[in-house]
Parts: sequence; C-alpha cells; structure tokens
Amino acid sequence: MPDLLIELFSEEIPARMQRRAAEDLKKLVTDGLVEAGLTYAAAASFSTPRRLTLAIEDMLAASPRQVEERKGPRADAPEKAIEGFLRGAGLTRDQLEERDTPKGAILFAKIEKPGRPAAEIVAEVLEQTIRNFPWPKSMRWGAGTLKWVRPLHSILCITSDEAGASVVPLEVDGIQSGDTTRGHRFLAPDTIAVSGFEDYEAKLKRAFVVLDAEARAETIRNDAENAAFAQGLEVVADAGLLAEVAGLVEWPVVLMGPIGDAFLDLPPEVLQTSMREHQKFFSVRNPKTGRIEKFITVANRTTADEGATILAGNEKVLSARLSDAKFFWENDLRIAKSGAGMETWVENLRNVTFHNKLGTQAELIDRMAVLAREIAPMVGADPDEAEQAARVAKADLSSEMVYEFPELQGLMGSYYARAAGLSDAVADAAREHYSPLGPSDDVPTAPASVAVALAEKIDKLTGFWAIDEKPTGSKDPFALRRAALGVIRILVENDLGIGLISALRQSYEGLLSSLLDAKKAYILDGEDNDSEFWSLGSEVMMNDGQFVRRNYDEIVRAIAEGEISLSKSLEGDNIRAIPASTVCEDLLSFLHDRLKVYLKDQGIRHDIIDACIAMDGNDDLTLLVKRARALSETLKTDDGGNLIQGFKRANNILTQAEEADGVEYSYGADVKYAETDEERAVFAALDTAEAKIKPAMQAQDFSAAMTAMAELRGPIDAFFDAVQVNSDNGMVRRNRLNLLSRIRQTCSSVADLTKIEG
Amino acid sequence: MKKNQNAPRSFQAIILALQNYWATQGCAILQPYDMEVGAGTFHPATTLRSLGAQPWAAAYVQPSRRPTDGRYGENPNRLQHYYQYQVLIKPSPPNLQDLYLGSLDAIGIDMELHDIRFVEDDWESPTLGAWGLGWEVWCDGMEVSQFTYFQQVGGHDCTPVSGELTYGLERLAMYVLGVDHVMDMPFNDPDAMIPLTYADVFKQTEEEYARWNFDTANTDVLLRQFEEAEAHCKVILDQPAMDPKTGKRIIMVHPAYDQCIKASHMFNLLDARGVISVTERQAYIGRVRALAKMCADAFVQTRAGGWQGDAA
Repeated sequence: MPDLLIELFSEEIPARMQRRAAEDLKKLVTDGLVEAGLTYAAAASFSTPRRLTLAIEDMLAASPRQVEERKGPRADAPEKAIEGFLRGAGLTRDQLEERDTPKGAILFAKIEKPGRPAAEIVAEVLEQTIRNFPWPKSMRWGAGTLKWVRPLHSILCITSDEAGASVVPLEVDGIQSGDTTRGHRFLAPDTIAVSGFEDYEAKLKRAFVVLDAEARAETIRNDAENAAFAQGLEVVADAGLLAEVAGLVEWPVVLMGPIGDAFLDLPPEVLQTSMREHQKFFSVRNPKTGRIEKFITVANRTTADEGATILAGNEKVLSARLSDAKFFWENDLRIAKSGAGMETWVENLRNVTFHNKLGTQAELIDRMAVLAREIAPMVGADPDEAEQAARVAKADLSSEMVYEFPELQGLMGSYYARAAGLSDAVADAAREHYSPLGPSDDVPTAPASVAVALAEKIDKLTGFWAIDEKPTGSKDPFALRRAALGVIRILVENDLGIGLISALRQSYEGLLSSLLDAKKAYILDGEDNDSEFWSLGSEVMMNDGQFVRRNYDEIVRAIAEGEISLSKSLEGDNIRAIPASTVCEDLLSFLHDRLKVYLKDQGIRHDIIDACIAMDGNDDLTLLVKRARALSETLKTDDGGNLIQGFKRANNILTQAEEADGVEYSYGADVKYAETDEERAVFAALDTAEAKIKPAMQAQDFSAAMTAMAELRGPIDAFFDAVQVNSDNGMVRRNRLNLLSRIRQTCSSVADLTKIEG
Repeated sequence: MKKNQNAPRSFQAIILALQNYWATQGCAILQPYDMEVGAGTFHPATTLRSLGAQPWAAAYVQPSRRPTDGRYGENPNRLQHYYQYQVLIKPSPPNLQDLYLGSLDAIGIDMELHDIRFVEDDWESPTLGAWGLGWEVWCDGMEVSQFTYFQQVGGHDCTPVSGELTYGLERLAMYVLGVDHVMDMPFNDPDAMIPLTYADVFKQTEEEYARWNFDTANTDVLLRQFEEAEAHCKVILDQPAMDPKTGKRIIMVHPAYDQCIKASHMFNLLDARGVISVTERQAYIGRVRALAKMCADAFVQTRAGGWQGDAA
C-alpha cells in the first residue's frame, strides 16, 4: 500500500502557531481521507519555520467499492413515481429488484459506488484543507485570493510505493503540486526532488533542515547545557522559550556569549526578562553565586567564522538593551530612595486609569489600603504594616522598569521597597500580592502579603460587581474567576477563617465612598431617575427640590441599604446602585460556584459542597471546606454511605408524617416509651454520638463529628429492619417520630444531608 | 562586522546604496513627502497607493517625526526626527523576501556571515485604520526592518495586496557601520573634504525640538490647528466631484489627506506635551482614523485608486 507525503512550503510561519498547525494539518487531512474511505496505518506531522509536513503510511490505494441499497416505490406505483426513483438512483427499470414485503411488492435499487483512486481523493481533501485551514490569523498576498498564514510557495504531494513515487496532481490558486521542496534559506536554497518520506527527511537534513521540532529543541537543550557545563555554568530552564526558539530555526546552532560586567548587578529577573522578551536568549547562571553571567542565543546557521560575527552582533544588541534596563533600574532606585520614595509613584498613578468607571490606580490603592487594614487582624497581620504594604504594592506600576517589562510588576516593587528601606514584610507583599495567578501558582503565606492579596482581589470582585461587569459564559475579560479562586485558595490553603460577607460589605462601601470622592458617581435621591435629579457629591437633592447635605457616611449607608441609588458616571454610563446585601450575596454565591470547581478537582462532589453551603456560616470558606472534606471522607466509608440511606429514610418518614399531621415532631422522644430493643439501642447510640459530636463541633473537628455520626448507622439500620414507625399506638408513634427527629437533627450538625444525591 | 571593499562608510552611502538597489529592481525612486509625518507609511505613495487595483512600485526616504521620542540628542538611538526608508510594491511579488535580502547585501551585510531571521510581527496603525501581517527582520538579533503584507488600509481591503518594507535607517546604518551612538555616525564620507557626523547635522536640532516638543509648544495653538485641519479635511472632501471651473471630475483627495497628516502630527505634538489623557487618546486617534478613512474612500473614487467610471 502506498505512503503519502505532503509538504506545504511557505514564508516564515510564526513560531507560536507551528505546532498547532502541524496537528491541524494531520487532523484535517486524515479526517478527510477516512471519511472518503481511505484508511491508513500511521500518520505523523512536522513543522519548521517554513513548512508543514504530513507523512502517512500504508494508505489504501483506492477507496473500497460501496454498495448502497435504496428502497423505492411499490411495484404497482404510477409510472411517474417509478421514473423519478430511477432518475434519482441513476438506474434503469430492469436493474431494480422487486421484493415481496408485508406491504406488498416494493422496488429496491442497488446503487454501486465504484472505489476511487487515492490520488483523486487526496487532491480533493488537500485542496479543501488548504482553503479552510484554521490559522489564528491569515492573509492574502500578491493578486491572489487564497489565504494562508504567510505567502504559500509550493505544495509537495506525492504517493510512493515499491514501484516508485508519483505526484498527486492538484492546483490551489495557481500553485501546482509537485515533488520538490527547498532546503535551508541560506545554506541550501535550491530545489530538491524527493521520492518518499525517508528520502525527504534525509535530503532535508543534508540541506540543513531538521524537520522535527522536538529534535531541534533537543539539540538546542543539549548543546546549550553542554556549552554552559563546560564553563561550570548552568542554563536557566525555560520550556516556553525553548519551544519558541525551536520554531525560529531550521538548523539550530547554539552560541554562548558574555553579559557585560556593567550589567551583572541588575536583578537576575530583569536580565532574564530582557534577554528572553527582546532577544529570545537563554540565561546562563553561575550556580555558585546564583548570578546570571552569560547568554545563549540560537542561530539558524553555521558560518565560516563559527558564529563569531553573529555572536558579536548579538552581544552588541544585548548591550544596548541592557543599557536601557540599567538606565531604568538606576532611575527607579533613585526615586525609591528619595524623600517621598515610592509615594511619588502612587501620586503619578492618580493620572492612570484603572477602569473608567472604577477610578484611577491611585484610588484603587487607597481602597486596598483601607481594606487591607481591616482584613489584617483576621489574618494575623499588623494593621499598620498591612496598610503600608497595600500602599506600596502597586507603586511600581509607574516605575520605568515595569513600564518596559509589565511582567515584572510586583517583583520590581519588592526590590524598590527594600531599597526604600521598607520592611521585608512590605517588600514581600509587593511581590506576592498578585498571587496566586494560576491554579498551580503558590499562594502567599506571610500575613501582610495575605492581607494585601485578599484586599486586591476582593476590591476587584466588588468593583466589577458594582458596575455589573460579571463574567458571562467564556467571557471573563477582567479575570474575575481567577480573582475568586485566588481568594478561595489564600483562605483555604492558609487555614484562615474569615466571614467573607463582612469583608465584602466593607469593600463595597469603601468602593462607593471612593467613587463619590472621585466624582465618578453621583447621588440620586428618591425614586425619580430623571436627569434633573442628579446631584453632585454629598449635596443631595430631595424630591421637593431641597438640597440636603449629608455626610459621606450617611450616604454610603443609605446606598448600601438601598434607600438611594448610586448612578451616573463618566460618559453618561449609568451605574445602577445595587444594595450592598445583594452584591455581597451574589458574590458569595459566585465564590461558592468557584469553590465547587476548586473542590471538584480535589475529588469532592458538588452535592457534598451544596450540603455544606446549606449550613450557617457558609461565608467562612475554610470552615465550609473542612465540613465538605469530612463529609466526603465519611461518605467513602461503608458506614457513611449507609448512614445517608438511614438518614434519608428517617427524614422521609418524618417529613411525610409532619405534612400529614400538620405538626412538627421536634422534641420529646423518651426512651421510656421505647417498646423494642432496637429502639432503645438507637436512643443509647444517639446519647453516645451526641456526647462526641457536641465537643467535636465546638472544636470544628468535623471528621470526629462525622465519625461519631457514622457509628449511628448500625443501630439505625437495625431499627428500620425491626420497627414499624407508624404504630397503632399514637403515643408510641409520636415517640418514634420524635426519635427520628432527633436522628435528623444529630445527623445535620455538619451538613444538610438531604442535599446528598443517590 | 566584516568590512569588504565596497562596504559603505557613511550614513548617506547606505541611503544611496538602497536608492540604487531599489531603482535597479524597477521601483520609482520618489522623494520625501513635504510634510511632517510620524512614519514613511503616511506618505501618500504608501497609504493611498496601496488602495485600488493599479500596480505600483515605489521607494523613498521619508524623514519622520516622533516628538515623544526626543532625548535632546543624548540617547544613543532615540531621536524625535529620523529617517525611514520605505518600499511599496503592489501586487507584492512572489520573490519579495529575496528582493529584500538582496537589499541587505547591497548595503554590505554579508549573507554568509550573518544570521537573518523573519520573526513574527503584525503591523497595525490605529490612526490609519490599517493592518497587515509580516515580520520584523532580525540581523544577528537586531531588528533591521519591518516587512508587511498590507491587508487593509483606511478600512478598505487591499486587493491586490501590497508588500511594504520599512528600514529604520539610523539604526540599520549604525549596525552596518559599527557605531554605538547615533551622533557619532559619519554622515558623509569620513575622508571627505569636510567630514560631517550625524551630530554635526542634527545634534542641535534634536535639542531645539526636544525642548519645544516637551515644554514650549503652545497647546492651545496645537489644539486649534488639530481642529482646523480636521474640519478642513472634511470640507475639502465635501466638495462635489465636478469642478465647475474646468468641468472635469476632480476629487481633491491629496489636499484633504494633507489635512489628515497635519491633524495626525498635531496629535503627536499634543501627546508629547502630555496634555492628552489616556481616555482622550483613544478619541483623538479615532478622529484621525475617521479622516484617513474618508480620504481612502475618496481615493478609490479616483483614477489612481482604480476608478474606471470615465473609461466607458
């Protein structure tokens, strides 16, 4: 069976798109082939900066013949109907088969589709693939209409078997398929004819093209590590950069050069970022000092001078780049160490918009400082230190270094805070307060960092909730889900119990007062929304036209309680004031949803979380998670699972009886009315369990409470096996129902078990 | 940098080599546009001529001004006034990359010793309502040119597509000549009767303009001029196509586009004076883009823009 080789040769494909494009080429072509009946044994795709390649092994030489049976009209149907059927099937009357069926004699047609040669199918599939290729961005060129990521120059498409290779003829927008490609742009630019994949790969290699991106990456990694090792140094691993660089070269040549002495004192992160972002260089570190002393660049060719010219050029460019970085660093340090210090930057941020409805970065910082101070005692931080840390945390946004390298935000702040003589806790908070950025990112643990990180995220959540910019579907432009997950992880992973409703409320009220101060919001009194009733700041126009002066506290409280609305902002966009209670509850429920996702990843089912959310104090996420974990663990045990069944049975009987009798059985079960041993055993078991559960609940030891509860399983099962609750004796029945009520109450101490599914 | 016999020794030698090279390749060598622009792209030979179906091939030097980049001539490679070399060919020929590489060779970059790379860089000009895909071209890690296939200009699809090459001449020349500070670069031949450096020609003007751009330019005047240019551009394009005096169909695209260029430059000056806030910035850019779009709409109604209404 023949092999198929396809190569789409173009001008340089962006590195970040190559891998995906190779996969798409494979998927689109193989899907098309299989759909047309051409199966194959194996397929592999490859990419270089200038080509996408697909190699398919052992493909059918032709698609199999297909026979389709089509049911037609009755044999005695009108001629017209039969003619129509014949036309549709492309047959004549004598080719139809007449079959007796329960519905009479029916005509059947057998339509044979002959197999088609592979080349025909490949040509069709490849043309479709090229015309509909899912590039993230594509373009036209010259006078053509075809779209490709960059101009497409040639299409190699051949099938090959023992007898030899042949070109699959096709033409796309004037480009004729052939059996040739080209080697390296500079080292082997001529055309190369190939006869199959092995030949192709080998000839490319002789023409200075390593086809496989993984192989190029491996060469780069190896050569770089060896070069560094030979001088007692090590390469700073960077998988993303490695993949990118492997997509920028067809013939990787690793070159290592020095970083000028003048730049060695720059923070290593600055060196690394500058080299990676601007020059795509790897950093080479001295393991003894931890300093970055050299760089590695990957050239796309060999030269007669063994890369000397290339390396010299790269060194020069790096030197210019690092001169800039050094200039920024020194300017920034000068400001950080000056009298006003980082406060200078905070003042500059008064002119930088955070969001046009939520004020400036400086106003954000003011709010964070207040909130961090309020949160501090709850997380064991010093309020003064937390407030100071919050004021400093985002100051570096106006530093020159962060303007140049936004990804260094926070980190530069910590360098500058130390230089300004601020405490380590404050400096660390600057670096850590953005964390966690992703699900695998570490959460801050130092109290001041925790306070600032929480303040930052809570302010963000309440702010965007206040202006009704909540995430919807896949849209979350302000990364609010990430902020919510951050809040969750910081609290839970640090075992911090905080009543979030109160924190959210403080944040929301702080936001409103900040918006009023900044004249981003105005006060509207009463129910009338007409624009004439807009009034500014604390001067409130009442419905009778009187101005009433209220102080901010009053206004904020009134807004929070929904008495008056906050409305109207820049550019006439209205902010409908939402009462604090609504915002807080809505946000809490958003946090609960994110918590479900977070816990689901840890194997805790959503109904378990629902059962815990139903309990009081559900705005303390740490407590909530403890409940959920204990319940989840218990449910995994045999006793636990059965306890739920027993509980549900008790609950059902009780609920039905309460509905039927119109009373609530909640108190007064007495062992002296027990008639059977099984009943008495439940009383005894409840006494024992409750004695354990009560102290466990006080200690928030939900595992112990659940374990004690699970011990009820045996007596409850035995009770239901032996005892008929609905006794004829009214007093006995009442006593039993009250006993069930006690079971329900005891079993509901940790979570609302009625929410558990199954 | 290896020096060969014919390697250029001055800034102007590099410009002349490029002029020669692109002339040899068949481009019309145009002269700079006689107005203040932020980049060579603003020259009507690029913005307007990239529209419509008429073939085009032009190359030119364009003095460009970016008031915010002024550093009083002290920064080794930042200037508020600098030169771009611009090539525009429509439709983009299939061998444009090779033609481009030939131009590097022509200015003395030895292809055997250097590492030339095409690194993804998409181009977008919010003020011109234009975008394209292409690369920045690296020579040994140094960005030496911008290479773009225009997809849209002034909101119009480019059919056919123009290939645009932009060389930052000072930076490229500093690299070729091995100079570390732009002011040290020989402007004419170092052995000339009167050798002149870049500093001899431009150091004083950089100082003067930096002071004026940052501190002295009268923002009220600039703002008024911006608004006048904006209004004027619209008035020009509002005129009927038929010229009552000659009886000919004359759409005054270029005069209107001059006002668009002027508005754009006034905006750049206002920006350098720091009087435009972040939110206003977008609004100003939008206003210039609206002018560019009107000019593009008008240009495609002219013969140079592919209008064939009078052929029939």
